[in-house]
Amino acid sequence: MTTLQKKGRIMTETHDLWHLLLGNLSLDALPTYSMVAMAGAAMVVLGVLSVLGLITYLRKWGYMWTEWFTSVDHKRIGIMYVALAMVMLTRGLMEGVLMRLQQADAVNAPGFLAPDHFGQIFTTHGTIMILFMAMPFLTGLINYVMPLQIGARDVAFPVLNSISLWLTTGGAGIMMVSLVLGKFSTGGWSGYPPYTEAAFQPGVGPDYWIWAVTLSSIGAMLSGINFTVTIYKHRAPGMRLMDMPLFTWTALCTSILMIFAMPPLTVATALLALDRYLGMHFFTNGMGGNMMNYANLFWLFGHPEVYILILPAFGVYSEVISVFSSKRLYGYTSLVWATMCIAVLSFTVWLHHFFTMGQDANVNAAFGIATMTIGIPTGVKVYDWLLTMYRGRVRFSVPMLFALAFLVSFVIGGMTGIILAVPPLDYMVHNTVFLIAHFHNMLIPGLLFGMIAGYQFWFPKAFGFRLNERWGRIAFVFWVAGFYVTFMPLYVLGLEGLPRRSQEAFNAGFEPLLIVAAFGALLLLSGLASLFVQLWVSVRDRDRSRVPVGDPWDGRGLEWSLPAPVPEYNFASLPQVQGRDAFMTMKEKGTAYRHPEHYESIAIPMNSALGPIVGLAGGVCAFALVWHMWWAVIAGLVVAWGAVIARSFARNTERIIPAENIAAQQGAWLQMARDARAVPRELEFTPENKGLAEVVT
Amino acid sequence: MKKHSDTYRRELRRYVLGLAFAVLLTGAAFAAVLWHIASPPILLGLVFGLGLLQVIVHFHFFLHIGLKKSTRDDLQLILFSTLIILLMVGGTLVILMNLRHRMM
Amino acid sequence: MTAEERLHPGLNLHHTDPHAHAAAVGPLFGFWLFLMSDAIIFALLFATYGVLLHGTAGGPGPEGVFHIGSIAIQTALLLASSFTFGMASLSMKYGRGTGKLFGWLAVTLMLGLGFLGMELHDFTTMIAAGAGPDRSGFLSAFFALVATHGLHVLSGSVWLVVMIAQIKVFGLDLRVKTNLMRLGLFWHFLDIIWVGIFSVVYLHGLIG
Repeated sequence: MTTLQKKGRIMTETHDLWHLLLGNLSLDALPTYSMVAMAGAAMVVLGVLSVLGLITYLRKWGYMWTEWFTSVDHKRIGIMYVALAMVMLTRGLMEGVLMRLQQADAVNAPGFLAPDHFGQIFTTHGTIMILFMAMPFLTGLINYVMPLQIGARDVAFPVLNSISLWLTTGGAGIMMVSLVLGKFSTGGWSGYPPYTEAAFQPGVGPDYWIWAVTLSSIGAMLSGINFTVTIYKHRAPGMRLMDMPLFTWTALCTSILMIFAMPPLTVATALLALDRYLGMHFFTNGMGGNMMNYANLFWLFGHPEVYILILPAFGVYSEVISVFSSKRLYGYTSLVWATMCIAVLSFTVWLHHFFTMGQDANVNAAFGIATMTIGIPTGVKVYDWLLTMYRGRVRFSVPMLFALAFLVSFVIGGMTGIILAVPPLDYMVHNTVFLIAHFHNMLIPGLLFGMIAGYQFWFPKAFGFRLNERWGRIAFVFWVAGFYVTFMPLYVLGLEGLPRRSQEAFNAGFEPLLIVAAFGALLLLSGLASLFVQLWVSVRDRDRSRVPVGDPWDGRGLEWSLPAPVPEYNFASLPQVQGRDAFMTMKEKGTAYRHPEHYESIAIPMNSALGPIVGLAGGVCAFALVWHMWWAVIAGLVVAWGAVIARSFARNTERIIPAENIAAQQGAWLQMARDARAVPRELEFTPENKGLAEVVT
Repeated sequence: MKKHSDTYRRELRRYVLGLAFAVLLTGAAFAAVLWHIASPPILLGLVFGLGLLQVIVHFHFFLHIGLKKSTRDDLQLILFSTLIILLMVGGTLVILMNLRHRMM
Repeated sequence: MTAEERLHPGLNLHHTDPHAHAAAVGPLFGFWLFLMSDAIIFALLFATYGVLLHGTAGGPGPEGVFHIGSIAIQTALLLASSFTFGMASLSMKYGRGTGKLFGWLAVTLMLGLGFLGMELHDFTTMIAAGAGPDRSGFLSAFFALVATHGLHVLSGSVWLVVMIAQIKVFGLDLRVKTNLMRLGLFWHFLDIIWVGIFSVVYLHGLIG
């Protein structure tokens, strides 16, 4: 063999070795095709480096690891979920702004985003907002609040809780990595084949989408199981199902929906992956594939998913409206039944997402009628909330403002939903921006305002001080104005024929309203910025707004009977519950803030590294699947499952908090409660409010 | 162990009976198909029916699930799951068959 | 029967080990919920199979690829393994010592592995004959459904091995008992799915 031939062989072998190690990954993966994309990648890299750098500089790695990352405390996990949601909301909202700006710019002009890039953005925007913003946000709120509301010490499976969190974070990591390496799918958050099949999108895009979605859906399903078992089996003695607060009821229905709605998504994406990776023919053009089955499977998941998103928000509104009207929730039983009806009915309507796919009018009609039926229990809930406020003493706190905006806006969006539920009308507006306006009308005033309201409402409980009211109101104005200014034009544009997901428009008449909508998007961005300013100002001023006794709003549920922040064991002694609004009952009877009969030592679960390990291994496995790094796929799976099996051999998994410690803590807190001034609601937003509410008889 | 011997024998009998029924139902289904004892549509119904019976046998004899024995939560869960499966599978088949029919 | 005396699915330890029984309620309910979600996955794979039944793309259909003899043996093996796991459960509940328990678990494992071996052989035969999952939509659906079940049986077998190891290390402590009960639910569930598979896929395919 000549020297040249030998060299050629070595180069090929080295190349093969690199290929074995790195799969299809190469420097080509960097997003040099667009300045905007490079900016996005730079932001991710800089963001990650600054966070890692900051933690290193402050020497907080030990603290972060032991107090947060390996914590199995539902309160810590809940806070981390919400933090993840806020980070992903920032990215998702920026992507929304980019799209609005592009569409305002690109009327008979190319705009600043190439079609392929625009396609990635609307795909990541939807995927992130639903799976990596909304789901973590609601999971975080449920995680923090629900165990406190039912008088439990933690969720049923604390380590599983941590695993869910870190799997979701792994999925979010995949989304962020896709900004730096490779391209994302351009097939929308629903990922319809055959466009997402290997024949049409052979690159890494749809694979990124599939595996990010898979990680998220496994996390969600496990959370659903965790919450369901907690609510069924871990309620405080005496609390019957019909005594539970509405937020817990909606958490239960949401969790059951998660358990039953995630499997269709798993099947849809798994079969698509089998088509892409192993050349199978579930959804291909020809060879016996049936692409319409994908839409069917995806929306079997997709429809219950939107009810997963909205039910926790409904729960928040029930709590907020009742507390800030100083009145018991009207029609508790009807609210519970309405929630259950919505949950069940949500499995009967999925075809309305593909009325135009070709089935006959009778099938369409059946699903259209079922869709309209869901409006009934929703309407019952709206009336119940209105009647709760009626003759109540309404206080316009920030959570209540968001609830009021919700009541009006959600009904408008619901009406457009009824329009869309009628098949012949849907044929006219299917895949136009009318639909975009409708679902953002449901998700922003419905879901997002609910999450923000919940965050404002329970923040003092979690951190021990109130958020700044003024900046909360500023945020409220921006969010509400932003929503209307952005999306009302889209209803009109949709009726005028502007299709969704359009990188460019060819009708000059669309331009004015598109510009208005773009301005609205900037208002929304200001709303988000205001929330961050609010947080910063609140932390800065926290000494003046501390509410250590724990009941700043004159709350009704058991969560308000605890100190703020809540001690790690939650309840020093498990409460005996009789009836609804358990804490309000205690306050009215004068039995609140009492020492228990005796203090007992409490066993709580020790921290566990299993969550971060599984999350990291899952993320690595997903990344490796995207880039065909087969050794890393196997390694990730082995590490994840190996860690789970190893954990099953662990026996010493609890630590004891001695009764004396608990007694001391409780004693100090009860003393504070005795010394504090019970404030009337007029002083609710002043430094006078130490978290002790005046009982109004 | 002595004080439990009655319950032990009762539980043992459940498993043995369950096995016996399952073998019978399985054998019947296989035999019916192998010996073509009826026309295809009836045969199909028979096989599905025997299968459904066997699932019930497994639930009763191996999983010890019963209306009087099991907790309400577990029974409700089975009912709900059955409902969801019927909706999802039934809906899928109806919709896709309808689509195929219209494409022919 | 009062509410407290009502039992969870699968083997219950209320008479013999009330402490373990009480501790197992939550974990078993959680696992039962997980099995329900798994049931949905299988149900949709069945539905997909039904949808793609005619998608043979000129390739082999059911009559061409199913071997009734092999299926009959696999069915017998899996059914037997369900029974032997039941015997293992009884041994855990009533037995003194763990000798018989090991025996029954080992037999269950052998039967499960036998099932898997035969199924793998069937698959490789089909693939060699050009009837692999990439041949047509129908075959993709067949392989997805049956191989998913097979993967579950494989996972259950690994779980069996882990349990055998745990019994050796810890004896029959609380967690080992709870895990064995959950494995029992899993194992019986897999046999139920198999009843569906041999009815809907194999026998249905042979009826024509």
